[in-house]
Amino acid sequence: MLVSTALATVFMRDLFAVIMLFGIYSLLSAGFFLNLSAPDVALTEAAIGAGISPILMLGTLALTRKKSESEPQAKKSINGVFLPLFVVTITGATLIYATFDMPHFMDPEAPAHNHVAPRYLEQSYKEIHIPNVVSSVLASYRGFDTLGEVFVIFTAGIGVLALLGFLADGSGRTYWQFADTASLRHHNILHVISKILIPLILLYALYVQFHGEYSPGGGFQAGVLFATAFILYTMIYGLQAAYAVISPKVLYWSMVVGVLLYAGTGLASVFLGGNYLDYNVLAHDPVHGQHIGIILVELGVGICVAAVMMSVFFNFAGRTFDPSSQKKGGE
Amino acid sequence: MDIILHLAGWVCIVAGVFFGITGAIGLHRFPDFYTRIHAASITDTLCAGLIILGLMLQSVSIMMIIKLSLVLFILAYTGPTAAHTLAKTARKENIEPILDPAGEES
Repeated sequence: MLVSTALATVFMRDLFAVIMLFGIYSLLSAGFFLNLSAPDVALTEAAIGAGISPILMLGTLALTRKKSESEPQAKKSINGVFLPLFVVTITGATLIYATFDMPHFMDPEAPAHNHVAPRYLEQSYKEIHIPNVVSSVLASYRGFDTLGEVFVIFTAGIGVLALLGFLADGSGRTYWQFADTASLRHHNILHVISKILIPLILLYALYVQFHGEYSPGGGFQAGVLFATAFILYTMIYGLQAAYAVISPKVLYWSMVVGVLLYAGTGLASVFLGGNYLDYNVLAHDPVHGQHIGIILVELGVGICVAAVMMSVFFNFAGRTFDPSSQKKGGE
Repeated sequence: MDIILHLAGWVCIVAGVFFGITGAIGLHRFPDFYTRIHAASITDTLCAGLIILGLMLQSVSIMMIIKLSLVLFILAYTGPTAAHTLAKTARKENIEPILDPAGEES
């Protein structure tokens, strides 16, 4: 099913359908990960790939156009096909031949299962005392890699802001569709249902954030869920109301605060005498230090991810509609 | 008693799967947008609901039942809302439903 979805994505011309197919692909991957006993990854993939990504891509689509521009050519010269086909076949065959040397799936002698992984699995509860090994590996043993991930998300956020421009102090610019229907507020059923669901989504986001040490969860999923609640609010009540709730300045500061919280925890460990991001020295007792460190860095991750998603969405939704020019505002 | 609950759970799950398949077939074969929305929402409510009901009948502890009923609660909220929103937006965009030709039937 994954292969057929991927093929359909390549051959379709209608970009709206392609976005839906991306969402389906992510959802199938999430089910696939769940089948391989990786609920954390499945939760992240479902939330981001089937939740936030289609929303942002649909926002992009509303700003550009609906069909991809190039039309498929009716006739193609048959001679031009052989060389690329040959190159692709040779490369593919070499790669498949290389996989014969790899260890079998779930082989106990495989290098991935032998060097560091048994040490993490065995020592994790003794050293860190939290049941979820994924969180302990992500936030403590491999904390430096996760710092890199947070920086990547932060860079994506400021990249979008640099390309699309800051929103001019949030005063009165609304997306053309919202201005057209005065947001979706007169969809009464949607309005009522969202009023009930938004607090539940926020509560769930906080639960996933802070319970990430005991059950599948953590900062990334929680940040995405938090942003989803605000995006739902924005779609129902309009951008003005959303700016009254959480202004863009607060969002930009939150992005930075999230990253600084993470990096600052590392610096705090240096000041207290340990290595960078060595949580053992953060409290009187290494286990408590690890707990404090993990909670702080996951909070930093969650704040940064939520702020980036929300500011990207607000930026897409806040493009002005200029009736004189046909470039912005979709079709 | 356990056997009866287990069997009832299996019956519910199989029925849910049947509705899922008919929903998928309907999504392809129905002629109109609005009827296809109906088929998709059949999958969302009946199929998922029956499967969750079957799992609830088969569950071993009260915590599982409570968690599954919370999932069912969320599904019952969001499934019909999504179908309604699709239909309402389609109506707003003036996608005409295929109706009977006037005067042909009673």
